[in-house]
Amino acid sequence: MTETFLTINRVRIVVLLALAMAVPFVTYPVLGMTVLCFGLFACSFNLLLGYTGLLSFGHATFLGTAAYVTAHALKAWELPTLPSLALGAGAAALLGAVFGLIAIRRHGIYFAMVTLALAQMMFFVFLKAPFTGGEDGLQGVPRGSLFGLIDLSDDTTLYYVVLAIVVFGLWVIHRAIHSPFGEVLKAIRENEARVTSLGYDVARYKLLAFVLSAGLAGLAGATKVLVFKFATLADVHWHVSGEVVLMTLLGGVGTVIGPMLGAGVVVVLQNELADKVGSFVTIIIGVIFILCVLIFRRGIAGELNELRRRVLGDARSGSADGG
Amino acid sequence: MDDFVLQTYGMTKEFKGFTAVNRVDLNVRRGHIHALIGPNGAGKTTCFNLLTKFLEPTHGRILFNGTDITDEKPAQVARRGIVRSFQISAVFPHLTALQNVRVAMQRGLGTSLHFWRSNRSLDCLNDQAVGILDLVGLKSFAGMAAVEMPYGRKRALEIATTLALDPEVMLLDEPTQGMGHEDVDRVMDLIKRVSANRTILMVEHNMKVVAGISDAITVLARGAVLAEGSYAEVSDDPRVIEAYMGSAANDELVEAL
Ligand SMILES: Nc1ncnc2c1ncn2[C@@H]1O[C@H](COP(=O)(O)OP(=O)(O)O)[C@@H](O)[C@H]1O
Ligand SMILES: [Mg+2]
Repeated sequence: MTETFLTINRVRIVVLLALAMAVPFVTYPVLGMTVLCFGLFACSFNLLLGYTGLLSFGHATFLGTAAYVTAHALKAWELPTLPSLALGAGAAALLGAVFGLIAIRRHGIYFAMVTLALAQMMFFVFLKAPFTGGEDGLQGVPRGSLFGLIDLSDDTTLYYVVLAIVVFGLWVIHRAIHSPFGEVLKAIRENEARVTSLGYDVARYKLLAFVLSAGLAGLAGATKVLVFKFATLADVHWHVSGEVVLMTLLGGVGTVIGPMLGAGVVVVLQNELADKVGSFVTIIIGVIFILCVLIFRRGIAGELNELRRRVLGDARSGSADGG
Repeated sequence: MDDFVLQTYGMTKEFKGFTAVNRVDLNVRRGHIHALIGPNGAGKTTCFNLLTKFLEPTHGRILFNGTDITDEKPAQVARRGIVRSFQISAVFPHLTALQNVRVAMQRGLGTSLHFWRSNRSLDCLNDQAVGILDLVGLKSFAGMAAVEMPYGRKRALEIATTLALDPEVMLLDEPTQGMGHEDVDRVMDLIKRVSANRTILMVEHNMKVVAGISDAITVLARGAVLAEGSYAEVSDDPRVIEAYMGSAANDELVEAL
């Protein structure tokens, strides 16, 4: 049974990958890359909310910090592309460690408030700091090349590089969730006091989850710089911190791929509707979100999983009856 | 010489002026099943929270094997070998019975922060985990999510998880609470079995269990120690009878006496 389960999973992964690789043939690569970057961002957020039970309300900071650092490394220091990305993600992880040390012992809404407050402080820092370009941000950031071989100025080429980075990020999340560390995280989400009573320093596990999540959110932000060739204050704005909550809940909290779907829905809607209905797009997304919370509480991926479980479960009990 | 594994001196807990635990001196002898009894609200659970450091005592000291552990963190105390259960069933509901036990055991591997390693590396613990489940009569439940198990089985699973750490001292808070007769007998028998080579301190309302398996009893009332001794000594004590008479919720003891 495990065998078939694994094969099903593998089939799903191959199908999803094939679909993702076909995207540049059916739509603009930039739209696809935007979905991928925000998707990775949402998935990293979900590592905290879905698998650790921590609601961070300042996650845009990690996206934006990495974006600034990567943009600066590419533009001012003229570093190669991959090291610039790594630097951005690393900076976000480091900031995550600082945030984490301050916030991790708070629970529930207090944790959310502390992360929000710290993120607001960072917004101010980025507004005033000399290297961020203030209100204008860092514009005209060069994409560079991959190992000096593959030029990234072509959008379609870049799309596949971004896809590879995002797949790597998702793989890290998958690995972490299905690791000895992930087992403890799940237990913490289920019953924190019990985990403590078993001798685990819960705060250390939460802190590591926070750092991982911040680093991966950073990877998303760093990658986004390559796509748009700029880093601005928009990325560190609390709007973005709110949006990622929405994407995650819409897609399905606690599912590996759900937040990616949620990000897809939000980004595509914003993109498609912005010209047609203007600022009404926020209202439309708001309505979808409310419907989702009221009717499809598991989110897109969660509802699909439930459907599959029911169909498979029925099939299984059916064959058991037969046998 | 007396061999005490767990001792407290003047252990006190005040909540905003209300004294829930009042200068309690506990002496738990190694290898004993020691029952902590008393009417509802007497401070028994608070005592457990103090002993396991889930609460900070306002005054007093706690000694484990002669070492002062008053200033240690809960996880540290657990690693020393004092592991508790909770009054409200504390299983991991969406993990299987096997996973519940394994989470406790995996700390011993020292890989619990390894986020890059596959959780298949934990499969080496499966046989041992099933062995522990077998010990508490849950072998056939190994693959079932804890949330789907009957109540009595959940409590047994909690004991199995605690047992997985092979603790020197096990603290059980009302292990038979809310159970039917059959389950009570099973859990009583289980506690007796797992008490070999370890000390058990348990809060228990069911006097049949207390009379049946405890070696020593401490009676708490309004946060303070009212009486101590064997079941015969304690149940003869007029102050104990009166304390229980005063609390209608404990007819059971009155009947038993
Ligand atoms: N965190 C707390 N804050 C305030 N009062 C508490 C707290 N915990 C317990 N108490 C009070 O302390 C007393 C003892 O409670 P408890 O130890 O749970 O009793 P028992 O387990 O013996 O029934 C009760 O009156 C309870 O209301
Ligand atoms: Mg109690």
